[in-house]
Amino acid sequence: MSSLTMGNRFGRNTTVQSENNRPNSLTSGHRACQGCGEALAARCSLDAAYIETKGNIAVVNATGCLEVFSCAYPENSWNIPWVHSLFGNAAAVASGVAAAFKSQKKDIRVIAQGGDGGTTDIGMACLSGMFERNDDVLYICYDNEAYMNTGVQRSSATLTFARTATTLPNGQYMGNDIRTGKNVPEIAMAHGIPYVASASIGDIHDLEKKVKKAIHIKGAKYIQIHSPCPLGWGYPTENTIQLAKLAIKCGLYPLFEAENGVVVNSTAIDNIISVESYLKGQKRFAHLFGKNAQVNSWKVIQELANNHIRKYKLGEVVYE
Amino acid sequence: MLQQLEGSQALAKAIALCRPQVVCAYPITPQTHIVEGIGELVRNGTLKNCEFLNVESEMAAISVAIGSEAAGVRSYTATSSQGLLYMMEAVYNASGLELPIVMTLGNRTIGSPINIWNDHSDAMSVRDAGWLMLFAENNQEAVDLHIQAFKIAESIKCPVMVCVDGFVLTHAYEQVNIPEQNEVDEFLPKYNPHISMDKKHSYAIGAMVSPNDFMEVRYLAHKRQLDALDVISNVREEFLSKFNRNSGGLIRGYNIDGADTVIVAMGSVLGTIKDAVDNLNASGNEKFGVLSIISYRPFPQNEIKKALNQAKRVIVVEKAFALGKGGILSQEIELVLKGLNIDVISIIAGIGGRIITKQMLMECFENPKDKFQFLGLNRATIEKEYQSPCISKVGKE
Repeated sequence: MSSLTMGNRFGRNTTVQSENNRPNSLTSGHRACQGCGEALAARCSLDAAYIETKGNIAVVNATGCLEVFSCAYPENSWNIPWVHSLFGNAAAVASGVAAAFKSQKKDIRVIAQGGDGGTTDIGMACLSGMFERNDDVLYICYDNEAYMNTGVQRSSATLTFARTATTLPNGQYMGNDIRTGKNVPEIAMAHGIPYVASASIGDIHDLEKKVKKAIHIKGAKYIQIHSPCPLGWGYPTENTIQLAKLAIKCGLYPLFEAENGVVVNSTAIDNIISVESYLKGQKRFAHLFGKNAQVNSWKVIQELANNHIRKYKLGEVVYE
Repeated sequence: MLQQLEGSQALAKAIALCRPQVVCAYPITPQTHIVEGIGELVRNGTLKNCEFLNVESEMAAISVAIGSEAAGVRSYTATSSQGLLYMMEAVYNASGLELPIVMTLGNRTIGSPINIWNDHSDAMSVRDAGWLMLFAENNQEAVDLHIQAFKIAESIKCPVMVCVDGFVLTHAYEQVNIPEQNEVDEFLPKYNPHISMDKKHSYAIGAMVSPNDFMEVRYLAHKRQLDALDVISNVREEFLSKFNRNSGGLIRGYNIDGADTVIVAMGSVLGTIKDAVDNLNASGNEKFGVLSIISYRPFPQNEIKKALNQAKRVIVVEKAFALGKGGILSQEIELVLKGLNIDVISIIAGIGGRIITKQMLMECFENPKDKFQFLGLNRATIEKEYQSPCISKVGKE
C-alpha cells in the first residue's frame, strides 16, 4: 500500500513506490525470504517501467530465486505479461518477444531480468548476442553476488574473499580468492549499446530514474542493480537497504550511466566510508575480521573500492 | 508450379509461403541453405512482416523462437546434429511451454568423431522431448510436410520437427511442385495464437510445478501427442483434397498387401528401398512390400500393427542405433508386433553418411544373415583396429 503522509504527497521527488497508483507488477504473497533485496529491486524496476509505459511492458525471466518465489503453480505474483523459459536464455527469449512485437507493429517495451548467475555466467552468450544485435530489450540484472537459489555458490559476480558454499574459507583459503569478478556493465559498454547503468536498492530514486529513462530508449539496454541477500550474505533481514547504501558509500558499488559505450554520469559519494564498515556487517566476510584472520586482508577489497572511486570519479580516495 | 530446385531452396520457398513472422538463423551444415534462402526472401520483399534474426548460437535460435511464439507469432528455425544437441535444453522447454514452433532438422550424425553427413542419430536423441517428429521421404514431401506442420502444430499447441535427410535431400536438385501463395493461405489461415504477451491477454507462462501436479502435466502432454495421431491424419486428408498430393500422414504402404517381407524405414532411404523391392518382386518368388513411417512421434502403433500383421518377416532399415543395445526403430516395431510370431530384423545402414546402394539392400533383403547387422561394415578395418597396440585387447571379436 502506498503512503499518503504529507511529506510524500508534497515532496517534489516522490518515487513510484510511494504513489497511490503503484501498479504492484510483482504483487504481495510471493515466497521470497524476508528482507529479499531482489524482490524489492524487481518491484521497483517493473513498477517504474509500468508507469512510464502505461502498462505496455512484457517481461522475460531467467530461472533463479525471482522466478522460483514468484510463480509456484497454481499461484502467480505477476500482474504483467511474463514468461520464464530457462536459466541461460532470457536475453534471447526477450529478443524473440521484441521481434514478435516488431513484426506485429505493437509498441510494447520488453524487459528481460535475471540474477547475476543467469546473467554474468550461464546467460552471457545470449546476453552478448542480444547486445550485439542491439535488440530492443532492457536487460536488468539483480546482482546479489552469488547463486542464491541453489544455496549460495560462487558466481562470476562474487566479491573478492566472500564466503560461498563453493569458496569456503579455511585457513589457507580466503573465501573467494579466485578473482575479483566480471564487470558486466563494462562488457555491455564494450558492445557500444545505447544505454548501460548500474543502480542499487540503496538509492530507489536513482534506480527508478534510470529504469524510466532506459525503457524509452530503442535498442539494447543493460541495468545492473545491487540487491543484497540476507540469506547468502549473512546479515539480519532488516539491514538489506542499509547494506546496499553502505556498498554505495564505500565505493564498492559505483552508480553510473553510460551511453554508446562512454560513461556520461556517475553519482558522487558525499562522505566516503571505509569498506570495513560495509564488510563487517556480513557473515560472508567474518573470516576477514575474526581472531584467526590475516591482518588487514580486507584492504584488498578497499583497493577495489578505491579503483572504482578513481575510475568513475566518485570523490577523493580517503582510505588508502 | 513445378520447379527444378535444390531441396533447401524449395524448403525456403515453402516456409515463406507459410508466412512466419519470426525466423532465426544460425549456420550448421547441412541445414544452412534453408535459412539463407529465407533470409533472401525476407530481404527481397517476398516474405513480408517477418523479422529475420542472425543469432549467436542454436541455443539462441530456439530461444528467440520460444520468445516470439510466447508473444503470439508464427515462428520458424532450423538446425542439424550438434546444433540440436546445443539447443537440447530449450527443445524440451519449447514443448513443455506448448509453443507451436516449426523447426526443420536437416538430419546429420552426431560426433565425435566429427562428421557432417547424414544419418538419424540427431533425431533419435530428441525422440522423447515432446515434439512431433515427421520424416520426409523426398523433397516434394519435405515441402508439403512443412506446410502441414504449421497447421498441425498450431492446432494442438505442440512444436513440430520436420526431419529432412541432410545432403541426400537438402542438397539434392529435384523437380518440386511449389504451391501458390493463395492456396497456402487458404489451407493455413492467419495464425490465431492461444497466448500472447500484451496486457489484454496477460499470462504468466513457465510456472514452477511441484510433485503435486507435475505428473498430470506430463500425462496431458503425452495425451496431446496421442491426439495428434488424428490431427496428422486429418491434415493429410485436407492437404490431399486441396493440393491433390498424397503427402504426410502417419504411415504409407507400398506393395504391402500380401507381402511376405515388409521393409520398414524412415526418410530418403525409402526411395532406394522401393527400387530394390521392385527389382526383387520382378525376379523372385518371395513378395516384398515397404512401409514408410512418416510420423515417428507420435508413434502410430495401431496403424503399424495393422499394416504389418500379415507379414512373415519385417526388416527395419534404420539410420541410427543405441550404442550398447542395438536398433532403436526396430525395438519399437518389435514391441508393436509382440506375440504375432513375426521375425523382426534390424539393419543399421548409412551411419555417418555411409553409402546405401540398391544392390546392397537387395542382397540383404533376399538373404538377411543376422537378426542385427550393419550394412556394408568393413571387417578389415575393425580387425586392423583390434591389432593396434593402442586399444584394449578386451572384447576381441
